[in-house]
Amino acid sequence: MFDWRWDFTWDILPRLIVATGNTLLAAGLGYAIAVVLGLAFALAQRTPYRAVTVVVREAVEFVRSTPLVLQIFFVFYVGPQFGLRLSPWTAGMIAIGLHYAAYLSEVYRGGLESVPKGQWEAATSLNLSTARTYFRVIIPQALPPSLAGMGNYLVGILKDTPMLSVIGVAELMHTANAIGSETYRFLEPYTLVGIIFLLISLPTATGIRLFEAWMRRKLGMI
Amino acid sequence: MNSQDMSGFPLELQGETVPMVSFRKVTKSYGNLVVMDSLDLDIAEGEMVTIIGPSGSGKTTVLRMLMTLETINGGVIYVDGKPLTHMPDGNGLVHANDRYLRRMRSKIGMCFQHFNLFPHMTALENCMEGPVHVLGLSKKEARERSEELLAMVGMADKRNQHPSRLSGGQQQRVAIARAMAMRPKVMLFDEVTSALDPEVIGEVTNVIRKLVAEHHLTMLMVTHQMGFAKDISDRVCFFYGGRIEEQGAPEELFGNPRRERTQQFLSAVKEAI
Amino acid sequence: MSYLEFLGQYGDRILSGTVVTVVLTVLAALLAVAIALAAGLMRLAPNALVRGVATVYIEIFRGTSLLVQLYWIFFVLPLFGITFEKFTAGFVAVGMNLGAYGAELVRGAILSVPRGQWEAALALNMSPAKRMWRVILPQAVLIMLPSWGNLLIEMLKGTALVALIAVTDLMFQVKQINGTTFQSAEAFGTALIIYYILARFMLTPFMRWLERFMQRRLGRA
Repeated sequence: MFDWRWDFTWDILPRLIVATGNTLLAAGLGYAIAVVLGLAFALAQRTPYRAVTVVVREAVEFVRSTPLVLQIFFVFYVGPQFGLRLSPWTAGMIAIGLHYAAYLSEVYRGGLESVPKGQWEAATSLNLSTARTYFRVIIPQALPPSLAGMGNYLVGILKDTPMLSVIGVAELMHTANAIGSETYRFLEPYTLVGIIFLLISLPTATGIRLFEAWMRRKLGMI
Repeated sequence: MNSQDMSGFPLELQGETVPMVSFRKVTKSYGNLVVMDSLDLDIAEGEMVTIIGPSGSGKTTVLRMLMTLETINGGVIYVDGKPLTHMPDGNGLVHANDRYLRRMRSKIGMCFQHFNLFPHMTALENCMEGPVHVLGLSKKEARERSEELLAMVGMADKRNQHPSRLSGGQQQRVAIARAMAMRPKVMLFDEVTSALDPEVIGEVTNVIRKLVAEHHLTMLMVTHQMGFAKDISDRVCFFYGGRIEEQGAPEELFGNPRRERTQQFLSAVKEAI
Repeated sequence: MSYLEFLGQYGDRILSGTVVTVVLTVLAALLAVAIALAAGLMRLAPNALVRGVATVYIEIFRGTSLLVQLYWIFFVLPLFGITFEKFTAGFVAVGMNLGAYGAELVRGAILSVPRGQWEAALALNMSPAKRMWRVILPQAVLIMLPSWGNLLIEMLKGTALVALIAVTDLMFQVKQINGTTFQSAEAFGTALIIYYILARFMLTPFMRWLERFMQRRLGRA
């Protein structure tokens, strides 16, 4: 291909592979935060306290409709203004975790609402506790319809990790930028980053589809 | 609701024959729509009472209130002599809290029109869920009890199937076993045959007949199967507009209805057949 | 400096940045709709090669990050003799990225038009192009409009990334202001609120209006 230098490619590949580890770590940590926090947001919107419901609903809406990159800057820079210094990793994980928690809470909400009312009534008639009803009856049924959305956002968070480069998290994009400014070559690092993302996200998407099908079978709900 | 005068309602029912279920001036409304208008209804221990009536007459609401799926706006429901919707607080009754409700609910079991089996659990797991996690039975005991009941409803061979693999009639029979596994004193059947194909209705009604014959249960049933209601019930209540329009022994109510609305309803139903 | 003083001093820059963001979003949206329609229809083409081209495009743009695509278009394409001015590179990257997602919406919506409609159009002996254009697409548009609402919000948010190649949009302006004043809460907070207002009180109502408008036109209201 035009001007592609293989020797340079082999030189920078190890650095990019190391950075890929950081990208996966960032995506994994961010997703773990989002999965848990998102559930809290979704359940908070089902409490009988109207004030809680409205506040959480609006906060989720706010986070969902503003750019992640701006939120990352906000979390990273606003702390020091008030004497709280966050490391790039901490700020990045808070921002990306919160952003995707907002998305996931919508996925969970849809899943929870898809469980028929009769299931709640059957649980009441058997006198199951609220916790037991959620964890044994409702959530197992809310999960399969949520899986597709959860999977999409897993791939989504992975693809959004390059934004963490703006505050200096040493993931793939940050490393490619560094290589570019050291060597004035952009073709190889940026192209390799694109290929690495494809190599991760395409199999992940396929894996998620297979997992979803397996889960449905396992729960006997084909 | 809080301003309601509770002075006419005793903390506990006493006397020689305390009814198993007692509705006292029970009112239920959604906004301006009154669906239950000061209902008074006593059901004796071991009695089988059937509720019939046109749709929208409030007959299903009676069962749902008793299962605490609906809150009531006035009056008190007693079960086994104790208030269900309310609890004693000092010398008066106050609205029952969750803990009290959970204790009282254990006396009642219910089967639904659409079965409401848990789709991700097998027939056996559906039956064991309550005994293990609410009654605190060991898995072994719960399994024995559930298998016995599944055998009673003729579903022993399908115990490891998920509901999606079962026909409507089979699902409803599992649902009956599931409710019975909680050893309730009162069983509620809410149009349990309405969602079934005609040819499998018999397998469900036969199970209910068997329950009546073999268990000393108090039962309250809403149904459209007039013939079934006639041969199985001790008493039939005809509901109209949120009230009991007429009630009596089945031979009497079906054979010689006194009220005009009852006559109209029964002749309309007869025509439909 | 009070917040009002802050706004007095930097309001002009924030406003001009907002205008750039809105223009970018509109241009990116137009491009995305055109690409989505083309790639979505190509995905349903009988010719395997045509389908393949669309699939590769969609998978590449959905499988990698918008930021990677933006950098690639801005820094790498010039090496192949294709040079975009940064503003153009910005909306082209956003438009092509969201166009790939839109293509899947188009495909899904066309497939979910009931079979009977295809058969009825066939029975009237309509040409395939007429069938698609006169019968299927209008119904598909109605099906996919709600999802496009979400996509447009993603588009608006996506434009914030062009600040990283120095397009002077809202994000870029507040980043500069933050760099000179260190009033991060005011600078970034103001931008967050503006993005929120644009998404919630302009884009969303516009899409609702568009849905109602299309429903009326198709006699569904």
